[in-house]
Amino acid sequence: MLTAMWVAPLVVALLLVPVTRREVLLGAWTALALLEVVLAALAWSGVGAPGYAHEVAVPWIPAFGVGYHVGLDGLSAPLVAMTALVFLAVALYSMRGDPAQDGDTDPRRTRGYVLLFLGLEAVSIGLFVALDLVLFFVFFDVSIVLMYFVIAGWGSGARARSALQFFLYTFIGSLVMLLGFLSLAVAAPRPTFDIPTLAALDPLAGRGVAGVLTVAAIGIGLAIKTPVWPVHTWLPPAHTDAPAAGSAVLAAVLLKMGTYGFVRIALPLLPGPWRSVALVAVVLGVVSVLWGALVALAQRDLKRMVAYTSVNHMGYVLLAVGAAGFLTAGPEARGLAVTGATVQMVSHGLITGALFLLAGVLRERGGTSEIAAWSGVAGPMPRFSWTFAVAAFASLGLPGLSGFVAEFSILAGSLPAVPVAAAVAALGLAVTAALFVRALQSMLLGDRHLPRAAERVPPRTGAFRRPASPDLRITQTAAVGLLLAASLAIGLAPGLVTATIAPAAATVVDLVSR
Amino acid sequence: MTADVLTLAPEALVALGAVLGLAVGTWLPPGREGAVRGLGVLFAVAAAVVAVVGPRGPAFDGTYLVDTATTVVRVVVAGAVVVTLVLAGDRPDVSGGPRLTSGGSGGPRLTGDEAEPTTARVDTAFAVLLQLSAVGAMLLGGATDLLLLAAAVLLAGLPLAALAGLGRDGRATEAALKYFLSSALFGLLALTGTTLLLGLAGATAYPALAGLTGPAPAVGMILVLAGLLMAAGAVPAHFWVPDAVDGTSPVTGAVLTTTAKIGALVAVWRLALAVPAVPTPLLVAILAVASMTLGNLAAFAQTSLRRLLAYSTVSQVGYLLVPVALARDTGLALPTLLGYLAAYTVTNLAVFAVLAARPHALEIGEQRGLARRHPGLAVALAVGLLGLVGTPPTIVFAGKLGVLTAALDGGAAWLGVVVVVNSIASLVYYLRWIAPVFSAGDPVLRDPVAPRARVVALGLAVLSVVGSVALVLVPTL
Repeated sequence: MLTAMWVAPLVVALLLVPVTRREVLLGAWTALALLEVVLAALAWSGVGAPGYAHEVAVPWIPAFGVGYHVGLDGLSAPLVAMTALVFLAVALYSMRGDPAQDGDTDPRRTRGYVLLFLGLEAVSIGLFVALDLVLFFVFFDVSIVLMYFVIAGWGSGARARSALQFFLYTFIGSLVMLLGFLSLAVAAPRPTFDIPTLAALDPLAGRGVAGVLTVAAIGIGLAIKTPVWPVHTWLPPAHTDAPAAGSAVLAAVLLKMGTYGFVRIALPLLPGPWRSVALVAVVLGVVSVLWGALVALAQRDLKRMVAYTSVNHMGYVLLAVGAAGFLTAGPEARGLAVTGATVQMVSHGLITGALFLLAGVLRERGGTSEIAAWSGVAGPMPRFSWTFAVAAFASLGLPGLSGFVAEFSILAGSLPAVPVAAAVAALGLAVTAALFVRALQSMLLGDRHLPRAAERVPPRTGAFRRPASPDLRITQTAAVGLLLAASLAIGLAPGLVTATIAPAAATVVDLVSR
Repeated sequence: MTADVLTLAPEALVALGAVLGLAVGTWLPPGREGAVRGLGVLFAVAAAVVAVVGPRGPAFDGTYLVDTATTVVRVVVAGAVVVTLVLAGDRPDVSGGPRLTSGGSGGPRLTGDEAEPTTARVDTAFAVLLQLSAVGAMLLGGATDLLLLAAAVLLAGLPLAALAGLGRDGRATEAALKYFLSSALFGLLALTGTTLLLGLAGATAYPALAGLTGPAPAVGMILVLAGLLMAAGAVPAHFWVPDAVDGTSPVTGAVLTTTAKIGALVAVWRLALAVPAVPTPLLVAILAVASMTLGNLAAFAQTSLRRLLAYSTVSQVGYLLVPVALARDTGLALPTLLGYLAAYTVTNLAVFAVLAARPHALEIGEQRGLARRHPGLAVALAVGLLGLVGTPPTIVFAGKLGVLTAALDGGAAWLGVVVVVNSIASLVYYLRWIAPVFSAGDPVLRDPVAPRARVVALGLAVLSVVGSVALVLVPTL
């Protein structure tokens, strides 16, 4: 089941290699993305009892204790579902009517684009279901390579530079993480990379320095990908120069690989060492929260601003996983923090994916996502304005939307363990609220002023209908609406996800308390 | 005696292919010698099959040992022979004729007109020399006697010197001369070392060397190692690599950086285990670090792709020496070494095949826009280069993972860290090559591609990815 889920995009990609018709490429991609959503929902419904659902374990490189081990539990199921949804939204969004707009006149370039995203979907799902460190690393690394090509091939601005910076930064991080994995694996009586086995063995218990070095190596690798202050500097240029769909996937899915690594690997596999460095995680988390929010406040480009709010939002996750390492608080509170962290991953994926797609619409229509270049768009672009407003309020944590559920759980769960840090982090909420409301006000309201390119009605060509107005096209509305509807559903009925996550989070907290 | 000969059947088959090829090639008109390559492919495939199903164990009074390591060397070398013979079929003049070394990197040319009809049977010479060198490489892998080892070093090395000189222009001559001189020098050192060890132990078989202690055997070991490192192209015997690879055609470059290396590294591994009292592993570890670091540093600034690849192979030998250095510390060393050797061979040949597919574009600048014109070739190149870095899901990743696991398991975490740092450094120059390939290039009217090389490049790239799934088979070897 899980294997089929991550292999299916690759199979479709192989089938699409000889195809050069845009309609077939984009249609097949969307159909597959839809199928993945259905499969993800089916797989999720099988999660319930303790342990892993749909588990498959076969040896892969037995000489080194490497296995092909996949399974789904309460931590991974919501993330897999979120990944499938985001990729469906991206596929819908990419059904653009005017190939010339991106310089995409060559259908072979569309093919390359579709193949890269199919590959990304495969590795993203694969990573979240992987229960073997090497398998996890393989998907982690391949996602970097594919995203490099997405940014370098379809980006804008100084894309080559941004792509290279992204690649080198995260690749170095991944190799440091690999060293950590290896030191964990060889500490076992017989080298093994199996995550449940290592969690049961706890091989580095009582090994002092070795444990701390290992958790530091793994932590650095994951922190770069997350990203956490001060290793977040690759993120703003990568997001700004990536194409809209690339930004959405990068923010919604690839960043989660880092945070997911914390709850899946760092906490349960290295409980003792994690407790000893938990304070560092809390401090870095709080700094990321404040730093991300304040720097975002100073941005003039919408994409850059959203990129920095990602640093802010991921900071909450780090605060929560750090708080989970403080035994002074009760297991319920820490379980709530881990649950909140997981909900935050899902919620951030949905909301930021939507925000980046919306910013991409501005780029597509007006050639710029500068906040100052747009004003009074509520009149000419009502669909854009509504969705953007909902996404912005979701991102700043308005009750009724998923961001509130996540951040409230994180802060409430962290408060008993690290009261000061939780209180300081709450200040970040105020700053993000301010910056989003300011952006809304200056872009949606006021006198009508659009970039010149957005005012011009382009001629009709191509297979799809060209937009007569600068507003969202129907597929784009569907794409963004899908993500926001999911966020609203979580916000109104948090039990939908927390019922699945909470037992798994309690297991993680039990493991880290050993 | 008959059993001994049967044990050596793969080597005999490849040698037979060389002899028959020479005989047949003499009767064929120059320039139309495809049958010789066909014969070579046939016998190499037969050798690989026999190597897998054939008898194992010691042969000829313990001078030769057929075990897992030897089997892997035989199969990989035979495979490399097949691949390079297919690659060589693309052009009438396989190894660096005037037409092939022209372009930005072509130095002063001594012979001029490319329309000049050749009367030499270059194809036959290429195929025969390649097969002879392959026999030497196989013998290197299985030799458990110093005398046989010394003979194998010469047999693996000298045909390659002639091979490098087949182009008969200024740069090929320089390449051949450099290779020949360093080969002769280090071969002599190896012979001296053999003599010294013979004098000390009274015998040349490895079991007889086991009891040696003290500084004298260490000197002997270092001298023998020098000869092997020359064949492997490792520091400090790496000086021939860049010039030889840059001065010849990509196909010859592929041969120079593949066949002899495979046997030589296994030979170093056997030697390191043969004399336990001599701290060979420490020396090998230091040389491994030097190889990977120097190779990477030198590759940074290169604009000639052949030279860049040449230095990259020097650094790869460094990674390959790590499991050799850990041979005594961990049981993971041997599977790692053999797996990495096979992975390296596939990936390295894939990258050289991409070069061979467009022998007119051997500078970084000439790679611009390749992805638009030949997407398949560009993808094969990206898979190959990222594979050399050790990016999953290629098989070199499994090799590197093995190297790192072995390093940590063998208590040499520092070696693992050096490998990681070097891998990151190598990423920079591989990306310097990949980036222009996928950028929008200037419009080019004609960009011909050698058909066989393209097929080989794509096939090897696919193999390098699919191979990582097939790793389930590793322990059964």
